[in-house]
Amino acid sequence: MHEMSIAMSIIEAVVEKASEENSRKVSEIELQVGKASGILTESLTFCFSAAAKNTIVDGARLEIRETESLGTCEDCGNSFPVEGFFAACPSCGSYNTDLVSGRELLIKSITLENE
Amino acid sequence: MCDTCGCSSGGGAVIVRPGDPSYHVHVGDDLHGHHHDHGSDGHDHTHGRQVMVEQDVLLKNNLLAERNRGYFEARHVFALNFLSSPGSGKTTLLERTIPLIKEDFPVYVIEGDQQTTRDAERIQSLDVPVLQVNTGTGCHLDASMVNRAIKEMVPAENALLCIENVGNLVCPALFDLGEDMKIVVISVTEGDDKPLKYPTMFIEADVCILNKTDLLPHVPFSAEECRENALKVNRKLEWFELSAATGEGFNPWIEWLQSKLKRG
Repeated sequence: MHEMSIAMSIIEAVVEKASEENSRKVSEIELQVGKASGILTESLTFCFSAAAKNTIVDGARLEIRETESLGTCEDCGNSFPVEGFFAACPSCGSYNTDLVSGRELLIKSITLENE
Repeated sequence: MCDTCGCSSGGGAVIVRPGDPSYHVHVGDDLHGHHHDHGSDGHDHTHGRQVMVEQDVLLKNNLLAERNRGYFEARHVFALNFLSSPGSGKTTLLERTIPLIKEDFPVYVIEGDQQTTRDAERIQSLDVPVLQVNTGTGCHLDASMVNRAIKEMVPAENALLCIENVGNLVCPALFDLGEDMKIVVISVTEGDDKPLKYPTMFIEADVCILNKTDLLPHVPFSAEECRENALKVNRKLEWFELSAATGEGFNPWIEWLQSKLKRG
């Protein structure tokens, strides 16, 4: 459900950036969404197209790049890929682990129609 | 359209005060301008120009949350964001906690719900200042709602501010309000695997309160297993087991809260 708020935050930020660049039409928005960010990308795409109506981002393509989650172990220093949101260290079995990536939710770039 | 004043603020969040039907504030007022697009220049646009942005989607919320945090820090307000599924007992927890704190520290409460002032009315009967944020269709509080509410209530110095979020174990985890700590409440009538099923909330939380422990003899719920699951997800969680209905297990929680407030 929070994907609608996220879509609206994206649109607000992109409209602001596009107007700084004196553009009136955005054709693509590139997002980086970590797999542990808590965002459903299908739901985000759906909400985005609805929320973009009557704005300068209406019809823009959402290019979503999902990034894998990486964890590190505080006990043995091992780095490893994480499925989901947390994991035991595959090397020593400890749960003293931290996610070091996978929670990103970034607007990477926007593509503006030429003036 | 807003039912109260007939304005066209749509489904936006509204702050209301229990027992005062004439009082209501639209969270969006004075904070957001309106964007209007004016016609095009009539040229064909075929080629695109890429502009790097590299910006967190929640930047605006996060910046406003930091402003709230600065306000709390300057006034020595200890702000707690209470999160849980609907029905885990957040309001009952506050009803039992506030009378044990308010003689020593001023207490303020912001209640978040989609509709009604029922929770705010329960808190108001404890004789502490309370505002209700009705999020309409929104599933979480955000930093602008809290920013507006604290401007309305102006908490005293050295106060405890309890923010009871909308009952939802998913969405509110993403939205920083500027609180000092997030407290997630679960009850023994839910599943002891809840921390594994909704890890985002438990990763974000600083404290976990297992509520309704008086019902443990009647439900197939292992407090120990729940605690182990929660600590798997977030080993830094502080853990309390209590019953807001009977008051059992309350001493460690109240002592912890008082020690945080004294340090403020």
